Amino acid sequence: MIPIYHRRRFVNRFNMTFSVLVTALGILFLAWILGTLLYYGVAGVSLALFTENTPAPGNQGGLLNAIFGSALLTLLGIGMGAPVGILAGTFLAEYANTSKFTRRVADATRFINDILLSAPSILIGLFVYVICVVPTHHFSAWAGAISLALIALPVVVRTSEDMLHLVPNDLREAATALGAPRWKVVVRVSYRAARAGILTGVLLAVARIAGETAPLLFTALNNQFWSSDVNAPMANLPVVIFQFALSPYADWQSLAWAGALLVTASILGLNIFVRMTLGKKQRG
Amino acid sequence: MSNDGMTQEIAPAESKPTIRTILAPSDGEPAKDTPGAPKIEIRGLKFFYGSALALKSVDMTIHDRRVTALIGPSGCGKSTLLRTLNRIYELYPNMRAEGEVMLDGENILSPSVDLNWLRARVGMVFQKPTPFPMSIYDNIAFGVRLYERISTVEMDERVEQALTKAALWGEVKDKLRASGLSLSGGQQQRLCIARTVALNPEVLLLDEPASALDPISTQRIEELIKELRDDYTVVIVTHNLQQAARVSDYTALMYLGELVEFGATETLFTRPSKKQTEDYITGRFG
Repeated sequence: MIPIYHRRRFVNRFNMTFSVLVTALGILFLAWILGTLLYYGVAGVSLALFTENTPAPGNQGGLLNAIFGSALLTLLGIGMGAPVGILAGTFLAEYANTSKFTRRVADATRFINDILLSAPSILIGLFVYVICVVPTHHFSAWAGAISLALIALPVVVRTSEDMLHLVPNDLREAATALGAPRWKVVVRVSYRAARAGILTGVLLAVARIAGETAPLLFTALNNQFWSSDVNAPMANLPVVIFQFALSPYADWQSLAWAGALLVTASILGLNIFVRMTLGKKQRG
Repeated sequence: MSNDGMTQEIAPAESKPTIRTILAPSDGEPAKDTPGAPKIEIRGLKFFYGSALALKSVDMTIHDRRVTALIGPSGCGKSTLLRTLNRIYELYPNMRAEGEVMLDGENILSPSVDLNWLRARVGMVFQKPTPFPMSIYDNIAFGVRLYERISTVEMDERVEQALTKAALWGEVKDKLRASGLSLSGGQQQRLCIARTVALNPEVLLLDEPASALDPISTQRIEELIKELRDDYTVVIVTHNLQQAARVSDYTALMYLGELVEFGATETLFTRPSKKQTEDYITGRFG
């Protein structure tokens, strides 16, 4: 018996050590990326970053137009994608079981949604290029926002449906037993109960689209100057980083690093904020 | 009787506990044994889960302003029967009921019945307390607002009335804006009862209302049921025989989807007419 015990203890210790080492390796790379970003990015951070527009090479400047553009594109994108996503998620969670037909529609929707979720973002960019940019003969912020909405949509559908599924059926039965019509049960009870979760899903979709580059290359493109015209190309952080990082100019490269740090910091901050505040609400 | 303090007489046979003494109601409120007018007449009720027959042609009368208990072992169909009385089963696919359930002479199973109207007249409280994720006040106001548009002052009165009827007012009157989820289990269940009686239904359906609660809360709910009897017709499903004996005026025993026996509680528990009833009550099966 003792040799078996010793062998078991050895296997246990070996596996534990191995798991810890592998985890450390993963965290090491994460720390390395963040460290590199901080190291190169902090050098470019200054007040000018937030107050001046992107400069011509050799001049001083900042990323104001890109920051504004990214913020606007993200806002428009989530403004279009989230409501549609929440409604679709509601259909899948609440109304899918009403008849055989709706069940088939729901199954098809879920399947297509999962495909859209894992579609390469460059394909979505090309698609919006064909339907928005080509007919209007110019790049625009609208096209950019539409492509971001299409990327955010499946994320919101998925999380909304999952959060609504977590609402216990007893609650719906209790509201129905009081005589509430179906839509009131959904709006006043289900939404109320799943509110924190749905909001979390939306914010996670925001974090996802804030850093998307490929679709914007074909739709909003970029703008050297300040522009708030939604029918014209609009500056945005990811494409600016793309353009500046590949250039041979040191000040542009420094701005690209600063931009990368900014994007990472805001997405990281949003994720942490979401998990800390809304995660607490769900547990509480 | 021996006067010697050292020896004791063997206890006489009469003091050995009988069915009557175990199950008879222990406190003052006597069961009503005069039948009220029939409130709900169930005729030939069959219920199907898909193609499986769960209720096999049940015939029963629920009397007005009386408490009727449905008892029986697990899976006998008592909850199924209860849930046909307000058609809550229609939330789920593949369930259907056949036959007639006459509420004051109208068949509630007919497709032309307005379900919301039905559920305003027939309220239901479930086994697990389900307070809505809103304040205590809003929990009660939710139901009222479905049917009536009344001023804030009137709503305050309705909320107070409902909470008083559910014996909860004293405990929550200072925290009406607190979340319904912040109450204890027993309080939450009384909140659910208050929510249901706020609509002034005629019938109250209680599906094992105290089975998830501790004994003290259970006792309070049972006292509440006895008080509610004066104003409402109550149908209660319970797996606790003693509770049925304590609380109800009429009892129906069900087994495997069939109604075995129905009668006044006192009679059913002390002089049951079917052997199956006697076996169940004395614990020989179930």
